[in-house]
Amino acid sequence: MRIDCKHVWQYISAYIDGDVDAALRAEIDKHLETCEICSAVLDSTRNVVVLVADDRVFELPAGFGNRLHARLDRELALSESP
Amino acid sequence: MTNVSNPETEGETIRRILAGEKHLFHALIRPCERAIYFLLFSLLRNEAEAEDAAQETAIKVYRKLHLFRGDSQFRTWVLSIARNEGLGRLRKSETRREDSLDALVDGEAGDFTPAILTSWREVPAETLERQELGKLLRDAIDGLPENYRNVVLLRDIEEMDVRETAIVLGITEGAVKVRLHRARALLQRNLAPKLKGFAPKGRNLFGWTR
Repeated sequence: MRIDCKHVWQYISAYIDGDVDAALRAEIDKHLETCEICSAVLDSTRNVVVLVADDRVFELPAGFGNRLHARLDRELALSESP
Repeated sequence: MTNVSNPETEGETIRRILAGEKHLFHALIRPCERAIYFLLFSLLRNEAEAEDAAQETAIKVYRKLHLFRGDSQFRTWVLSIARNEGLGRLRKSETRREDSLDALVDGEAGDFTPAILTSWREVPAETLERQELGKLLRDAIDGLPENYRNVVLLRDIEEMDVRETAIVLGITEGAVKVRLHRARALLQRNLAPKLKGFAPKGRNLFGWTR
């Protein structure tokens, strides 16, 4: 089976997650060796996945933790054990 | 104060809280705070509302702690409570947006055409310090339909596995995968052309260039 670019794109996400079987992975790898377009699509998608995982992209509002735990303290002080 | 995130320590901590050491709850909930807030922000789209809902969630988790059975990870259980809190608020305010793409059927893999680039250079981690890059990423995720945004948030931002994500969102594992695939494709299409500008020559900090 030879697979084309569209076919590869369909499996990009599963490929990144290691969620494709060995035969399909081998086909995709073979395609990637010769297809610059798909290689770039794969690399850029992977980069996006890595970048969004960076803690600095999504930061909690300043003081969030302090306010949360202060409120919890009030709740804990008032409550019996859960 | 130490954080509690491995299941055995978690179980022990929960037992002690229920036995009266209430103050330990702070350490128990701390590792979940980020995910609680961002899941709620994803649903409610408002910082103040998300923060209030996050506090409310933490209190509910405390009050319901005796109901936690350990069938799922503690964090999964907590995030289910957070999601219910968020959905309850949405129902109340009836401000839920109808995302046109939500109508897509999960069964179809969909063929989103990716952004085609003939060359892609690695984006170095230090460029993240540039606020503009962070903003690009946040805006792109913010622009996703809610169903996709939640999946990206749990899978790629909070790095939960497929099963736990499915439990929190109340969807099948297959739906998690399909939505994640679409979300990543949309993000790639939106971001790849913009991120190219951030890439200096010849850097390969992530080490996955073939």
